[in-house]
Amino acid sequence: MAEPAALTETGPDPSGPAVSLRGVTKVYDSGVAALGPIDLEVRKGEFVSLLGPSGCGKSTALRLIAGLNAPTSGTVRVFRPVVGVRGRHSVGFVFQEPTLMPWTSVRENVRLPLKLAHAPAREADARIDQALAQMGLAEFADAYPRELSGGMKMRVSLARALVTDPDILLMDEPFAALDEITRFRLNNDLLALWRDLRKTVIFVTHSVFESVYLSQRVIVMTSRPGRIAAEIGIETAEPRAEDFRTSVDYAGYCRKVSNALAPSHPGQHSP
Amino acid sequence: MSSLQTPPLTAAQATPDSRTLRLVRILLPVAVLAVGIAAWELVVRLNHFPPYVLPAPSAVFVTLVADWPVLSQSLLTTLLTTLEGFTAAAIGGVALALLFNQSKWLEYSLFPYAVILQVTPVIAIAPLLLIYLPQQTAVIVCAWIVGFFPVLSNTTLGLNSVDRNLAGLFSLYGASRLQTLRFLKLPAALPFILGGLRIAGGLSLIGAVVAEIAAGSAGAGSGLAYRIAESGYRLNIPRMFAALLLLSAAGIVIYGLLALTSHLVLRRWHESALGKEN
Repeated sequence: MAEPAALTETGPDPSGPAVSLRGVTKVYDSGVAALGPIDLEVRKGEFVSLLGPSGCGKSTALRLIAGLNAPTSGTVRVFRPVVGVRGRHSVGFVFQEPTLMPWTSVRENVRLPLKLAHAPAREADARIDQALAQMGLAEFADAYPRELSGGMKMRVSLARALVTDPDILLMDEPFAALDEITRFRLNNDLLALWRDLRKTVIFVTHSVFESVYLSQRVIVMTSRPGRIAAEIGIETAEPRAEDFRTSVDYAGYCRKVSNALAPSHPGQHSP
Repeated sequence: MSSLQTPPLTAAQATPDSRTLRLVRILLPVAVLAVGIAAWELVVRLNHFPPYVLPAPSAVFVTLVADWPVLSQSLLTTLLTTLEGFTAAAIGGVALALLFNQSKWLEYSLFPYAVILQVTPVIAIAPLLLIYLPQQTAVIVCAWIVGFFPVLSNTTLGLNSVDRNLAGLFSLYGASRLQTLRFLKLPAALPFILGGLRIAGGLSLIGAVVAEIAAGSAGAGSGLAYRIAESGYRLNIPRMFAALLLLSAAGIVIYGLLALTSHLVLRRWHESALGKEN
């Protein structure tokens, strides 16, 4: 069994791996085996979804990558460039809930990662403005979280993740609690952002349709303990837009992913 | 000819409902007070009770005005004691909670004693304190003992109820202990701390009064509680009532000020300070 470790390395190769998990398992203190062993490699700039039912360990995997928890065994490697700028943070995390500080304004919530890194104020202001503009929040900078709708709160959460200009964006069912109309709009905005900024995105979801719509690759997971059941590449010409949702191509991929998810085919590996 | 048309409700007609309700909520207790005082006055006059048995409200009021120089001095003394005890309780309670939050060992070793201090009736501790401490200090310590526990336990509760994901976010961005405390734990605990302070305000007054009464026989104190005890010995019942009136007014003002502070601090974000329509 390998030493549990979360390594940090510099990757000179622009299309090389961004995240690599080798034989990773997680057993919680209560004795529950939540994950693994799993092997997973995510390339730089790739959009990958982890799809599975509740309790399949997909959130656990994300928390291990973020370094919020340590693996019980195996290695988690996150390849990140040498950080030279204060307030530059290579991993951004978006939780299922907006997870905002209710006691302060939208602007101050977005400022948090920079403040914790002691980034110089003027530079921080410019980056906050940019992140707010990217998420269409410029007019809401002085609002308090409680004054915003669920979708807007999630935009603030995204802006906060983007403000450090991360290479890797980890998203834990970020749109699960939103209504469908808002979710579709945020899906499109996220895709546009990903196209413009070319971040590596690892997106956890329990929606087949969302995973197929967004990602280049869907990792289907099974529960207790969480294992990878299938990997399905979504090879559709970019850029995707709303009409992809109603295409035959899309329906075909959704069927394929759903079949991989069905409990009658445990451990099946699709090409 | 009769018409069955109902007149449309104008805005002016629609709103009075809530405004009337608010007025009623203020006027009703005032009316009850007025009726109570009138009945009291009537009972005393009709039965010709002497003032040392039961003074009429008018006699209490006259005493309040006539004895104002003495009573106001006592009021000031009691308020000062309460303020000092309250300040010590606020600082001590928050500081101790912060220490407990930083070190579990400290919490495990000391928290039981905080509980013991809280559950032992202060009126039983006061005479002991008066033996070992100068009187003024003993009175303040009494006010502190009863006031600090709600601040301590509320602050502890607040510091421990930080959103788990927000705490994760702070650790993800490499926040130091001090940053986590300053930017996350303290703001998150603020509503709880303010709630604790609101309780501590009233309790500090009680602590001060208890200690003044316990010290009363020593004769040096000049607070309102001491006035009550002294007036009792002299059968100056109207003055007892007047001093009691001032004490209760002081308690109401302290509570009101702390509730107002809490509202002003939290009004932009906390559920407790928001209107019901939100």
